[in-house]
Amino acid sequence: MEKLRHIEGSIVGMPVNDIDTDQIIPARFLKVTDKAGLGKAAFCDWRYLEDGETPNPDFILNRPAYAGASVLVAGNNFGCGSSREHAPWALLGAGFQAVISTDFADIFRNNALKNGLLPIVVDRDTQQQLFSLADEDPGTTVSVDVEAQALTLPDGRRVNFPLDGFSKYCLLHGVDQLGYLLALEGDVQAYEASKPQRVTTTV
Amino acid sequence: MTDNGRPRTLFEKVWNAHTVREQSDDTPAVLYIDLHLVHEVTSPQAFSMLRERGLMVRRPDQTIGTMDHSTPTTPRNEQGIIPIADAMAALQLDTFSRNCSDFGIPMYALGDEHQGIVHVIGPEKGLTQPGMTIVCGDSHTSTHGAFGALAFGIGTSEVGHVLATQTLLQNKPRTMAINVEGRLGEGVTAKDIILAIIARIGIGGGTGRVFEYRGAAIRNLSMEGRMTVCNMSIEGGARAGMVAPDDTTFEYMYGRQHAPSGTDWDAAIANWRTLPSDAGAVFDQEITLSADALIPMITYGTNPGMGMPITEAVPAPADEPDINKKSALDKALAYMDLSPGQQLLGKAIDVVFIGSCTNSRITDLRQAASFIEGRKVADSVRMMVVPGSQQVKKQAESEGLDEIFRAAGAEWREAGCSMCIAMNGDQLQPGQYAVSTSNRNFEGRQGKGGRTFLASPLTAAASAVSGVIADPRVMLAN
Repeated sequence: MEKLRHIEGSIVGMPVNDIDTDQIIPARFLKVTDKAGLGKAAFCDWRYLEDGETPNPDFILNRPAYAGASVLVAGNNFGCGSSREHAPWALLGAGFQAVISTDFADIFRNNALKNGLLPIVVDRDTQQQLFSLADEDPGTTVSVDVEAQALTLPDGRRVNFPLDGFSKYCLLHGVDQLGYLLALEGDVQAYEASKPQRVTTTV
Repeated sequence: MTDNGRPRTLFEKVWNAHTVREQSDDTPAVLYIDLHLVHEVTSPQAFSMLRERGLMVRRPDQTIGTMDHSTPTTPRNEQGIIPIADAMAALQLDTFSRNCSDFGIPMYALGDEHQGIVHVIGPEKGLTQPGMTIVCGDSHTSTHGAFGALAFGIGTSEVGHVLATQTLLQNKPRTMAINVEGRLGEGVTAKDIILAIIARIGIGGGTGRVFEYRGAAIRNLSMEGRMTVCNMSIEGGARAGMVAPDDTTFEYMYGRQHAPSGTDWDAAIANWRTLPSDAGAVFDQEITLSADALIPMITYGTNPGMGMPITEAVPAPADEPDINKKSALDKALAYMDLSPGQQLLGKAIDVVFIGSCTNSRITDLRQAASFIEGRKVADSVRMMVVPGSQQVKKQAESEGLDEIFRAAGAEWREAGCSMCIAMNGDQLQPGQYAVSTSNRNFEGRQGKGGRTFLASPLTAAASAVSGVIADPRVMLAN
């Protein structure tokens, strides 16, 4: 995982509540065995017309003014539904570094953080302000300081957002969580020695 | 069982018993995982990661694989083989076979007599047991909570963590008691309970929480019914839902392949009886529903929270004060091509799907079959019945249920996720309407452009024979 310390990017708004991971990437794209190329499938059924290839000119991500946006501002409860990690893989593949919403579904948030896609929780007023800015002034940029857990709006206002210490450490240092768990092998062995095995699948 | 005399919830007991390392200000808790279920869709990148780092699967003896998501459910050919038409799916299934074989994980391949939907085979084989921690790269892992296990869905990175270390980093969730008191009426089922709960709390209502389903109506459910309820916990935003184990649980488990036996069984039961929440245990949040007041439920929109009693009318966006909710409802009704105030009863449908990890178990099929017997599926409707596992299929066939479905004009298929996820050839055509016993009515979930009404197996069966959305209570009364 790459280090993630600062994000400076233009915003695009999708003021839709409850955007589920089936919209972020439909299940028919989950027949892959790697993570490559999923950016093309991000929001596929909203992004393309019925033929699945022609860009839907009405869809916000297809408007030239929002080309290159790297911060997605979304409605409440972003990422609900399926646990597919293909959702953050697709968003990263489509060029996003952060998603801003009032709240995120648990599994999506976990998956995003493990891949360096930053879920930023803001209050509703900030979310609405960002929707307006994105709508009225395409190309509006925000900046994010991961260390300070702060989002800076174009008017200079800084909004702090929650981020658990462990995820923050992993983002800032570009390390994943597995190394930490592997280093606990002794603790795991001690745990196993203290409890009977609950079930054995191999017999 | 108390902790310094403080009453504890079922969830706390299971959580505490699996904490390898406590949560601190700097790190989440490290939780030990008793059982890891893997399938072909969310595991390949995790196995690749193990290979890249030269890691082994730490406990293949606590891991089990099955093929379910991308598998076709088309009937077997003359050689008894289920043909795979999709080259990408075939590659994914081959990759899964190789991964399980290379890493020593027992696995049920397509067509094997024990293959099936991961959340059907775990309980069926006695692998799912009270008090365990169970994970799978699938959000409907919450199903296993019906046994009093702490079971939740994880992403592919976490699949890799569990494969490599048998542990997970987790922040401790809050608890929410959902009391369902009273008794269900005729024609009202477990599916209607959970659809009513989600309609009430909304699809984000359980975010950050673990549900415990309690009350007389939950106690009176079969294990299959409890699995239906727990299965859709995630549709209310909760990663896990639990039901305290009781005699119904133990009767279901007794004699299953991986369940304890002999004196181990007695010891296990004694242990499992200590699991239910202590009297006076405090939940972070509590809600109560009356089962007596429930009638069959159906969804009208594009998430499982957009549900209503089947006799009601589609709500009007104009009546919704919250602007975000109003726009979501507008968008949903446009996708579904429904009008505010429209009655769904009598709405023509194209497809009925009975299956999925929510409603594909033997009791679900029995309910649907008892309704279908002696009736015909409407000419305008394609009805698919997809058993959740090869064992469910075998049991149903031994009871003659397959003949009842076929005689009515329904398709009787091989086991798998099928049209719940529509990545295996089973899917709606654009614009089609389906009454489905599955768990998600998201846009395109059952096929691009397809429109889903979620309902119980009874409502699905009633609608199949009527050709329109129908209230099973009316037909049961005749």
